Amino acid sequence: MKIHEYQAKEILKKYSVAVQDGIAVKSMAEFDKALAELQSRGINQFVVKSQIHAGGRGKGKIYDVRNRENLLLEGGVKFTTLPEKATEYAEKILGNVLVTHQTGPEGKVVKTIFLAEGLDYKKELYLGILLDRAVSKNVIMVSTEGGVEIEKVAEETPEKIIKEWIDPAVGLQNYQARKLAFALGLQGEAFKSFIPFIKNLYRAYEETDASLLEINPLIVTNDDRVVALDAKMNFDDNALFRHPEIYAYRDLDEEDPLEIEASKYNLNYIKLDGNVGCMVNGAGLAMATMDIIKLAGGEPANFLDVGGGANKETVANGFKIILSDPNVKAILINIFGGIVRCDRVAQGVIDAAKEMAVKVPIVVRLEGTNAREAADLLAASDLHFEVAKSLKEAAEKVTSVLKN
Amino acid sequence: MSILISNKTRLVVQGITGSEGSFHTGQMVEYGTKVVAGVTPGKGGTKFEGIPIYNTVEEAVKEQKANTSVIFVPPAFAADAILEAANSGIKVIICITEGIPTNDMLKVYNAIKNKDVVLVGPNCPGVISPGQAKVGIMPGFIHKKGNIGVVSRSGTLTYEAVKQLTDVGLGQSTCVGIGGDPIIGSKFVDIIKLFNEDPGTEGIVMIGEIGGTAEEEAAEFIKKNVKKPVVGFIAGRTAPPGRRMGHAGAIISGGKGTAAEKMAAMKKAGIHVVESPAEIGITMYNAIEKLKKTKASLNNKTKKVKPTKTKHSGKKSKSSKKEKSSKKKSHKKKK
Repeated sequence: MKIHEYQAKEILKKYSVAVQDGIAVKSMAEFDKALAELQSRGINQFVVKSQIHAGGRGKGKIYDVRNRENLLLEGGVKFTTLPEKATEYAEKILGNVLVTHQTGPEGKVVKTIFLAEGLDYKKELYLGILLDRAVSKNVIMVSTEGGVEIEKVAEETPEKIIKEWIDPAVGLQNYQARKLAFALGLQGEAFKSFIPFIKNLYRAYEETDASLLEINPLIVTNDDRVVALDAKMNFDDNALFRHPEIYAYRDLDEEDPLEIEASKYNLNYIKLDGNVGCMVNGAGLAMATMDIIKLAGGEPANFLDVGGGANKETVANGFKIILSDPNVKAILINIFGGIVRCDRVAQGVIDAAKEMAVKVPIVVRLEGTNAREAADLLAASDLHFEVAKSLKEAAEKVTSVLKN
Repeated sequence: MSILISNKTRLVVQGITGSEGSFHTGQMVEYGTKVVAGVTPGKGGTKFEGIPIYNTVEEAVKEQKANTSVIFVPPAFAADAILEAANSGIKVIICITEGIPTNDMLKVYNAIKNKDVVLVGPNCPGVISPGQAKVGIMPGFIHKKGNIGVVSRSGTLTYEAVKQLTDVGLGQSTCVGIGGDPIIGSKFVDIIKLFNEDPGTEGIVMIGEIGGTAEEEAAEFIKKNVKKPVVGFIAGRTAPPGRRMGHAGAIISGGKGTAAEKMAAMKKAGIHVVESPAEIGITMYNAIEKLKKTKASLNNKTKKVKPTKTKHSGKKSKSSKKEKSSKKKSHKKKK
């Protein structure tokens, strides 16, 4: 699960991690109040930050939500020393569309602004914590090349990324914290403040079951403090059950409405841009089915894993979700019945297709337990299914269906 | 022959009284697996369909000489169950449970990695050595006893591959589902090493998917050490970056873990990489047929020309010695 910058900073503050402070607002009335509040704290530099889950906000562009041709503002994160300018930026950003290299051309409507204090700094650094799957340990990565895309640094100058792996039995050690501080070229007060900073940050990462914690940039202020200017946190979905306070940060506006709908039915669905919908049991087979659609000359419209119990209800819900996508021209159902009996799945497909009055051609491939009975059922029904015996035949039927 | 499990397997089911655990215990017994005990804390002393239930794994090992465990307990308690098995003298632990927090597995993995125990999974269908034992949730009837080893990160896609093998007449020595999570007990390399050393395995099918670099590591190992034919497939060529495709571990992040990278590494290692998942069975069939022919012609040649034979066998014994010593090394490491 992903959360917003301002939410990540709320969490980090609880762990005594120094962050660029600010106030999140959802309306201009709230914005005015927040601005007055920051001014009363003696703050006279402001940053207006768009809050969306995608990255690249600073280099993004704000377009008018009513007329997407109309460019309102260059940059989704704006710095100013003038309060009236901050208000002007907020008016242009709030409720309008931010397009970044990560959002795709359709962009994202900005529903929340984080109004933050502006800080003067002399250094921009990078810090990231994540799981290194190759060694099954968490790794802390730092780089003196902050404020730019770390993937780019990794590709062009990999020697500038310094890594420290953490033994889960003993956690982050002081010598490791010092090593990282030296690698970042920190000295004096900045060095001293980095040690508790990284230790608290790692504790926040571990205790919240985060899957990614990225501070980019991490800054050294003019008065030698180490501060998180930005903060990105992702969480392990499997561990959310023990963090209701983090689950409460879930922002449904950032998710695809069809995917939200599917999750209500316990279906694992991801929307894609293609023309052939698919319904499969098992994640690996679902991916393989998408691949075979592509090989057959189509483009997969979705990933959909219906899981273990493929009955009439799950199939009907699957149809409903797939057919909500107007691009879908055909559907491929691929079920490998192990414990699930194929004849039951077939009956489910027939009933659901009748009930939903499915208009697009359906290619059905049922393999495994009672596959023959399933094929007989499909053939005997008054609906027209393209029945395939093997995966290969299923692909060929998809190709021929798309041609007609 | 087989790897990990065989007719010597004495299985304890952790979570035997749960709905998954009880159902699949019945299926495993039906297949012929020796299920000698179950564990459900608090239900010790009772029985499940004639199988004695204990409060702890330790008792199951002591009383019933259990040497292998299969875990069906819910995700919040599964890490604890793995550690209990590992610390009670179990040698092979197969964890079926899906949805274990990564942090829990991080601790478990690092705690048991130097112990004399093999963990398969979590989030996997289990392990089957056809005709000998089935430890997991796969449908037994699609399998056939034979000489192909199958290792895969997936469940139903593995069944698909197995069915294809069986349909072309190729049976399996052992099929191992290693699981779809970011942290798993046994990676491709670990299982492929075992298949490579198993005289009963003549060919290997590996089924990977997007995310991580385990397939690349396996390809590197295969290039250096494996002479048996390997057929490979990678699922998720059409998967978008940054999205978790069902399995917690199936995600392309930071541009890494794409199917294209993996397939390229595998091709470079001499693996028969298939573009379509429909061609796994037939590709292995062709590879085995080719191997048979080369072996036959090699046999003919060595029979005719004597000096080459001695030369040949001399080389062979050298390389096999090498293999043996590396075997020892890896064994030591494990311990």
